[in-house]
Amino acid sequence: MIEVSNVQKAFDGNPVLKGITCTFETGKCNLLLGGSGTGKSVLLQCIVGLMKPDIGSITFDGTVYTNSKVGIRQEIRRKIGMLFQGSALFDSMTVAQNVEFPLQMLTPEMTLEERRDRVEFCLSRVGLENAGTKMPAELSGGMKKRVGIARAIAPHCTYLFCDEPNSGLDPATSIKIDKLIYEITHEYNITTVVVTHDMNSVIEIGEHIIFLHEGQKLWDGTKDEILNVEVPELKEFIFSSSLVRAAKRVDDEGGLAAISDEFDAHA
Amino acid sequence: MLKTFGSFVLFLRGMVTRTERFSVLWKRTIDEAILIGVDSIVIVSIVSAFIGAVTCVQIAYNLTNPLIPQSTIGYMVREMTILELAPTITSIVLAGKVGSSIAGGLGTMRITEQVSALEVMGINSTSYLVFPRILAAILMFPLLVILAMGLSILGGYLAGTLTGAMAPQEFIEGIREDFVPYNIVFALIKSVVFAFLVSAISAFKGFNTQGGALEVGAASTGAVTNSIIAILVADFVLAAVLL
Repeated sequence: MIEVSNVQKAFDGNPVLKGITCTFETGKCNLLLGGSGTGKSVLLQCIVGLMKPDIGSITFDGTVYTNSKVGIRQEIRRKIGMLFQGSALFDSMTVAQNVEFPLQMLTPEMTLEERRDRVEFCLSRVGLENAGTKMPAELSGGMKKRVGIARAIAPHCTYLFCDEPNSGLDPATSIKIDKLIYEITHEYNITTVVVTHDMNSVIEIGEHIIFLHEGQKLWDGTKDEILNVEVPELKEFIFSSSLVRAAKRVDDEGGLAAISDEFDAHA
Repeated sequence: MLKTFGSFVLFLRGMVTRTERFSVLWKRTIDEAILIGVDSIVIVSIVSAFIGAVTCVQIAYNLTNPLIPQSTIGYMVREMTILELAPTITSIVLAGKVGSSIAGGLGTMRITEQVSALEVMGINSTSYLVFPRILAAILMFPLLVILAMGLSILGGYLAGTLTGAMAPQEFIEGIREDFVPYNIVFALIKSVVFAFLVSAISAFKGFNTQGGALEVGAASTGAVTNSIIAILVADFVLAAVLL
C-alpha cells in the first residue's frame, strides 16, 4: 500500500499540488484520473522519486520514502517498475536487452541463464516472445508499451506505475494494454498506479479511482460509484467523454442504462 | 553564471557518490572509448596531417633569410605541433565531434525519459551514463593527441620535401634539434585536462536538456561552444603555470 499525505508542490510559486492525501491499495489498479494540467503526472513523479514534494510525505508499505536516507530510498526504488508515457526504452539496446537491463543492474547474483529465462518469461507474458532481437525503433507503439511493461515486471516489482499507458494507441490496443496491466496487478498482487484521462481505462480497470482537479483530490471511489457522483467537476469530466456520448447514442434500449441515465441527468 | 557553476560541481559530485558496480562502469567505459577514440581516428588523422603540412609550407614561405638554416623549419614544426597544435587543435576537433555526440545523446535520453527510467530503477544515472564517458575521454584523448603529433610531423615532412622547400635530411635534423622531452609530458597533461573539460561540459549540457528536439540541438551547440572556450582558457592557464 502506498500512502500519500498532504503532498504539496509548487513551481515558481505556482502551486501544482495543493495538499493531496490519498491511498493506493495493494493488489488493485489505482487510477489517478483528471484532465490535462491537474497535477497527475507531478504527483506520480513525486511518488516515484523523480521529484521532491515541497511538503508532505509518501509511505510505501509503512516505510517513509520522502526525506529518508539514500539507502532506504534506493531500496524502495528497486521495488518500483514504471511504464513511461513514451515507453522510455533504451534505443541502443534490443528488446531482450531492455528487459534484461534491470536484472543485470539490480540483481547481480542472478546467473546469465537465470536472467535469460526471466527475460523470456516476461516477454512471453506480454505476448512478445518473438521480438527479443528487435530494436525499439522497429516496434509499434503498442509493442513498445508491452516491452515497457515486461521491463517493469522483470525484477519482480512490488509497485507498478504507468504514466498514461494508452497515449498514442488506438482504442483496441489501449484495451489490450489496460487488460494486461490489470492481469499483471492481480497475478502478482502488486500495487498499481495508472495515470490516465481516458474514460475507457476507468471503465475497463478502475478498481480504485482518485480524481484530481486543479491540484486537489476531489473524489475517490470505484468505477461503479463514479457514475453516481455529485462532484460537478468530475461529472463534467466524465460526460465530456466521447465514449459516454457514443454509449448513449448506440444504446438507447438500456444496455448501458446507468451511463445513459447519468448522461441525461447531466444534460 | 555562479549558479550554473554550482550545478556543474554538484553534477560532478553526484557522479562519484553512490557509483554503480565497477564491472558495469568498466564495460561502459570500453564501449564509450570505442565511440570516442576509434571512431575519431580518421578525422584526427586528416586534420593533423594537413595542419602539419600547412605549418611546414607557411614557415618555409616566411623563412627567407639565408643565414637561418633550413632545418629550423623542421624544428618549428615539431615545437608548434607538440606544444600547441596537436593537443589544442585535436581537442577542439574532438569537442565538435565527441562533445556534440555526448550532449546530443544524453539530451535525447533525457527528453525521451530514458534517464528517468534509470533513476526510477534506483540506478545513479550520472554515474552510469556520465562517468564512463568522462573516463573514456580521459583515456582516449592523450592517445589521439600522440597520433596527431606523429601525423602532423609526418605531414610537415611530406609537404616540406615534396614541394622542394627543403631536403629530407634538413627536416630530420630540425626535428631532432634541442628536443625537450618535458614538452611531450606538457602536451599530454593538456590533453587530459581538455578531455575532462570537453566530456564533463558536454555531459552537463546534455544531461540538463529540457524540452524537445530543438533543445537537444541547442544543448549540442552549447556543448561545443562552451567546450572550445574552456579549452582555450585552460590552454592559457596551463601554459602560464606549467611552462
